[in-house]
Amino acid sequence: MAYEMTFGPVLNRLPELLHGAVDTLALSGQSIAIGLSIGLAVALVRVNGPRWAKLLGSIYVEAFRNTPLLVQLFLLFFGLPYAGLRLSANHAAVIAVSVNLGAYSTEIFRAGLMAVPKTQIEAGLALGLSRLQVMRYVVIVPALRVIYPALTGQLTLTVLGTSLVSAISATDLTLAGSMIESQTFRSLETFLIVAALYITMAFAFRLLYWAIGLWLFHRRVPAGDASKSMMLAPGKAEA
Amino acid sequence: MIQSFGWQSVQFLLQGLLWTVGLSVMTFISGGIFGLIFAIGRSLGPSWVKATIAGYIQLVQATPLLILLFLFFYGLSFFGLYFPPFAAAAIALTVYATAFLADIWRGCIEAIPRTQWEAADALALSGIQKLRYVILPQALRIASGPTVGFMVQIVKNTSVTALIGFVELTRAGQLLNNMTFQPFHVFLTVAAMYFLVCFPLSWWSEQLKEKKSAGRVAN
Repeated sequence: MAYEMTFGPVLNRLPELLHGAVDTLALSGQSIAIGLSIGLAVALVRVNGPRWAKLLGSIYVEAFRNTPLLVQLFLLFFGLPYAGLRLSANHAAVIAVSVNLGAYSTEIFRAGLMAVPKTQIEAGLALGLSRLQVMRYVVIVPALRVIYPALTGQLTLTVLGTSLVSAISATDLTLAGSMIESQTFRSLETFLIVAALYITMAFAFRLLYWAIGLWLFHRRVPAGDASKSMMLAPGKAEA
Repeated sequence: MIQSFGWQSVQFLLQGLLWTVGLSVMTFISGGIFGLIFAIGRSLGPSWVKATIAGYIQLVQATPLLILLFLFFYGLSFFGLYFPPFAAAAIALTVYATAFLADIWRGCIEAIPRTQWEAADALALSGIQKLRYVILPQALRIASGPTVGFMVQIVKNTSVTALIGFVELTRAGQLLNNMTFQPFHVFLTVAAMYFLVCFPLSWWSEQLKEKKSAGRVAN
């Protein structure tokens, strides 16, 4: 049996897909901004905070890293209304993706913070650098360079992971694709085009990370593949 | 009829958990076999093999798993083959796991210093012997931590197959939610079950990574 691919009906609705892609980018952008802020804050607490705060931080990290994002979305969107808090699908999506990324980036930032030995900071101060200069040139930039591949790899995973929010009917590229699929019955064609759009976005993000790396570190630092985020051993980087 | 959430519900979820674990084990085994072949091809093969595998890895890592699942679930049935959700899920997850494991293991193979290869050459080992006795045992040591870490990802990612209707733990949760209307209880229990499977694996992964870096210092 030969099946002929017919992209016409799907391509006619390309504007809807592009609109969905913009929604995905907006969701990713918001979640990345919020998620990285959470991650940095919790990482600082886990390295320098009092014991109870460290414990809370590690419970947060382990709880969210060891359960699927999809279940977190369901719990937030379907579960919380029964606890008296009703969220719109799009808000639930941003919150779930942010909190999820927060847990992963905590571990990455923590590895970065521990990658700078205390003696380096002391050496910086001995050279007469101000505290702010030490923070910038001795701590932040070198630490960021160590974790850059893992961090950017994680961000790519997060952008692709946003496709799950279509399951609670938050608007994104996958939801746009599913709508078109159910109306045109061109399933394979629709999802091939959707896949192509995701791949384009993922590569565009990689290019962006690469450019940011070049600007930040004044040399080429590889932007991570998605799998790089799994190679990092948090807390052991100093060894 | 509306049931309430009780012991029966937990049993229902446990059945789903069994499928989650089964699908995860299957994915890890098949993804592991292809991943090993691809990792070796990617780091040691002729240049056209390297390029093809690199392209495959890049494409799969840039596609959301949900879209991969849709492609296999809807796509393959067009070629006259009917794929039940389980088969589509297993194939898509294997394709996904292969790309990641191949990339992780390639990194580990390439982390072995050049001098080890040269030493094996000097001992007149054949190509297979070099891999079997010199390179892979050392690469395995580096790879164990990230590999167990990726197992956690596999277990969690099987949840996505719920969206094409395969009844594993998450889908069982959705069904139960439709029967009981107690989403908070249902999904919290589901999350707890995932946690009980994933947390020991995560912990083990950290232990293995720690051992590895401790070894590095001793060297």
